[in-house]
Amino acid sequence: MRLLLRRYFKSRVGTIAAVFLLLLVAIAVAAPFIAPQDPYDLTKVSIMEAERAPGSASSDQKMTYLLGTDGAGRDMLSAILYGLRISLGIGVASALVALAIGTSIGLISAYFGGKVDAILMRIVDVQLSVPAILVALVLLAVLGQGVDKTLMALVLVQWAIFARNVRGSALVERNKEYIEAAVGQGLPARRIMFRHVLPNCLAPLIVTTTNQMANAITLEATMSFLGIGLPQTKPSLGLLISNGFDYMLSNQYWISVFPGIALVLLVVVVSLVGDQLRIVLNPKLDA
Amino acid sequence: MALLEVNNLVTEFHTEAGVAKALDNVSFTLERGKVLGIVGESGSGKSVTAFSLMNLVEKPGRIAGGEILFNGENLRNASVKRWSQLRGDRIAMVFQDPMMSLNPVMRIGAQLGETIAIHRKVSRAEINEQVCAALKRVGIPAPVERMRAYPHELSGGMRQRVAIANAIVNSPDLIIADEPTTALDVTIQAQILYEMKNLARASGTALIWITHDISVVKDLADELCVMYAGRIIERGPVAEIIRNPLHPYTRGLIDSLPQAENHGKRLYSIPGATPPLLSLPPGCTFAPRCSRATGECHKIPPVFKLEGREYRCFHPLA
Repeated sequence: MRLLLRRYFKSRVGTIAAVFLLLLVAIAVAAPFIAPQDPYDLTKVSIMEAERAPGSASSDQKMTYLLGTDGAGRDMLSAILYGLRISLGIGVASALVALAIGTSIGLISAYFGGKVDAILMRIVDVQLSVPAILVALVLLAVLGQGVDKTLMALVLVQWAIFARNVRGSALVERNKEYIEAAVGQGLPARRIMFRHVLPNCLAPLIVTTTNQMANAITLEATMSFLGIGLPQTKPSLGLLISNGFDYMLSNQYWISVFPGIALVLLVVVVSLVGDQLRIVLNPKLDA
Repeated sequence: MALLEVNNLVTEFHTEAGVAKALDNVSFTLERGKVLGIVGESGSGKSVTAFSLMNLVEKPGRIAGGEILFNGENLRNASVKRWSQLRGDRIAMVFQDPMMSLNPVMRIGAQLGETIAIHRKVSRAEINEQVCAALKRVGIPAPVERMRAYPHELSGGMRQRVAIANAIVNSPDLIIADEPTTALDVTIQAQILYEMKNLARASGTALIWITHDISVVKDLADELCVMYAGRIIERGPVAEIIRNPLHPYTRGLIDSLPQAENHGKRLYSIPGATPPLLSLPPGCTFAPRCSRATGECHKIPPVFKLEGREYRCFHPLA
């Protein structure tokens, strides 16, 4: 473990990405405490403050809108901090739920093989052959908006990737002698799958999970941007970009651009951490 | 009643090229506390015998016939649940390659503890105590520290001791050891053989020891089965078989052992090679390599009996 950490921080890009990621997570978690304004509190938000340019002071001179305000008079910085929280939360939660479901299915598929494997993997094939955004679009169009529905859509498009991934590594482990030995010890199938096969498949799984988190964040932003993801009451980064889009042409760039930058930063940082993890966890790439 | 009685066991592998009969009417008995050696070349069916006894034969293979009576219970009809009760508790197995048979991400203590915990309801402290005792019995120094080690931290010999400890931890009635010393140095091999013999004697555990090297089981086993192309071609007390083999193949195996008095002479080898299981010769499978073969050998030789020994040959050596 300590060795892995040391190897991870050998890379400068990896280190910077990890530091930024920790920072973003900290900001997202602490958003209510560090944001200058509660963007959801309608008593604090005044339409009179709408569309202020970045750096301009509020009319009561009490605070400065560092990143400007949006069309409803919200402080953009605060909105981005809260949006980061929502985007990150949805991305992580959906990736983790998909991880749990996909891993179980992948393990079952690899462990039992034969018909079970064939059926499960054909379902995965179908799932993977349809573009993720399309599945999510259709599902949300049918179910309607909402945090839970967005989560469901994201899980639905992601589980298959985990299932395929876990099955691949589990199949390799499955045929090793220690699994036969575990069967020979009289352990039940479930215990062998989760305590013997799974821990040996963890390395690729960690990498997939981080990459899928980045994917989920982008996908959620896309859906929110298209207006089918999260409701207005839960403005994620994607929704903020979408809201500001109308003002782009009237030169009020900040309403869209700053949330956009935050989104890019978040996704790039998560992906970079994922890439570095892949290098660290794959002994074959160790040159 | 014998502890283990195997009658006419048949295990087949259904491949695209045809059906390979890996075990053809294998029968033997094993008394409580005795050691049975099974010898044969690669592909003779030794390991398949072990896997069949543990019901670990995987597709495309299947046990196609015969019965396995363990304490009088026919295991051919045993359910999945019954098997997981028996495996690791009453019947345990030691695998060939100690580098592969331990889970690389679990501590030794946890792996052995699991074998106990799955079969008995005992406290954590008791489990640790039993694991420690088992490790001590197989001759692992500083067992308490070793319990916290991962498999990669141990040498091959140590790992095989751990695997053996895992097999004896529940004091099973039967341990099946599938070439457990093949991957080890000769010195370690001798130590482990010696310790296994003591363990079996002390605990009354019956032992099936599978090897390709007849000299390994010479001093260890009570009885010996010689396998060739899926059949047991000779069976009997080990000392008698070695002194006075009945089957020409057994004779060949013994003659191909290096011996001190033959120093400097060319070592004997049996002409030809083991036939592939998919195209076995009709009748006696050894006939094409046998100098004593006649027209009669085109029929499958039945099991002949002679003074407590069994052999499948029309032209025995005695």
